[in-house]
Amino acid sequence: MDGPVFDIAHMLAGGLVLVSMMMLYQDRLYALLNVFALHSLILTLSVAWQAFIQDAPHLYVTAAIALVFKAIVIPVVLHRMIRQLGIHREIETVVGIGPTMLAGIGLVALATVVMLRVTPEADPLAREDLAFALSVLLLGLLIMVTRRNAVSQVVGFMSLENGLVLAATGAKGMPLVVEISVAFSILIAFIVIGVFLFRIRERFDTVDVRALDDFKGRRRK
Amino acid sequence: MVLIAALFVQAFQMALVVLLAPLLTGFIRLVKARLLRRRGPPVIQPYRDLLRLLRKEVVLAENASWLFRVTPYLIFAATWVAAAIIPTFATGLIFSWTADLIAIVALLGSARFFLTLAGMDVGTSFGGIGSSREVMIATLAEPSMLLIIFTLALIAGSTQLSSIAAFMTSTQAGLRVSLAIALIALVMVAIAENARIPVDNPATHLELTMVHEAMVLEYSGRHLAMIELAASLKLLLYISLIACIFAPWRLASPGAGPAVYLAGLLAYLAKLAAGGALLALFETATAKMRVFRVPEFLGAALMLALLATLLRFVSRSL
Repeated sequence: MDGPVFDIAHMLAGGLVLVSMMMLYQDRLYALLNVFALHSLILTLSVAWQAFIQDAPHLYVTAAIALVFKAIVIPVVLHRMIRQLGIHREIETVVGIGPTMLAGIGLVALATVVMLRVTPEADPLAREDLAFALSVLLLGLLIMVTRRNAVSQVVGFMSLENGLVLAATGAKGMPLVVEISVAFSILIAFIVIGVFLFRIRERFDTVDVRALDDFKGRRRK
Repeated sequence: MVLIAALFVQAFQMALVVLLAPLLTGFIRLVKARLLRRRGPPVIQPYRDLLRLLRKEVVLAENASWLFRVTPYLIFAATWVAAAIIPTFATGLIFSWTADLIAIVALLGSARFFLTLAGMDVGTSFGGIGSSREVMIATLAEPSMLLIIFTLALIAGSTQLSSIAAFMTSTQAGLRVSLAIALIALVMVAIAENARIPVDNPATHLELTMVHEAMVLEYSGRHLAMIELAASLKLLLYISLIACIFAPWRLASPGAGPAVYLAGLLAYLAKLAAGGALLALFETATAKMRVFRVPEFLGAALMLALLATLLRFVSRSL
């Protein structure tokens, strides 16, 4: 693997991890959505670059799907949803930003250590992509766990899926059918989550998931 | 003969940083004023202020100890030595082989230590507030700075600035995400260390927000002039540091001809102007954050530096 080709792939995949950390740092909903759009944009660039390196035209389709749906449609729809729900635009976190970021660093370290240990004889680019993808995935999970607001949990879910796409494109020979089906299942999941969001809000007048706990507790008594 | 030439270049560099520092401060103020559509003071205003302060009588508090009087000179000396180590327009200066990046951080750290001591020496409440806030910022800024240095040292294989600059100009450096993250973290640390706008406002005397100003409130006359000059010098130092590591273009290598040195000097002036203009632009675009938000800001810098070190291991093991 010669210098610049590898360097650019490394920059883009590493940039994705960096933007995931940025998402962890945000405490406003709209800012979070914008950062998510940036996340998807970097994913698009990364996938397109992989398509160029691997000479695999079907990856361009994946890149186009990522660009249209994740970088444009989903952020715009989420923006509209926040406006319609009329919710608080500040994100409540379960623990403070500082400890969350520390946990995030720990997860990145974990992903790196695990991936580099288990794939010693793989292609360097794929290895690195897998390490970064696992970090993005774990950071997405962390966002979902540490946020109380359902909308930001959706964003965490979507960024987790970005990590999946990164892993899929790093591994050569991923059929297009699989990628498209993953992309569309995510889209369906997004629609279902959207419907649920409105239902939750109708029922509890909030999208704070703590309300669900209270509800369950009352039923049990 | 070679030694004399090297000594001359080093002396020239030391004189240059001291002479340029107030100019840089004045330039940043001018750009900021122009961006706010004010006319602003002339670029040489900081020199005039320093001369005026030097002519004035020193007023000391009754219970000021010897430490209070010595501190301004100590701060200035430590900052000046640190600035002399950084390759500004030429690499491989004599001094730069005697100390490395970690020594620069240590010099700046000891300068800060004496400043906070002096802030508490007179016993006014403002000095105490300023010192405690400064130490709070320092406890987060210094680990970030050291982590950034570790990242750079792991990539370049040295903590010597001249070697790092040589490595960065070679093709080995390439595009690395660790370097990009380290750059962001270093800029954040530089902003915090120099008490620039999102962290502290150098132009305010509002007791709620001031950090650096609160500590030096009791100083007057030539003592204040020394502290002001050291503050300008520190800003110049950080811009030179960033320029030397991340934009080491046109740095003259030792033993080059005068034309190369001249080109290096012009490039250095251009880098300083660019850095100052960017800083002014950033400062007009952002608002001062609350003091209690500063740990979060610096915590992010620390996290970024940690992440840079981590990602560096990803690319190393390939």
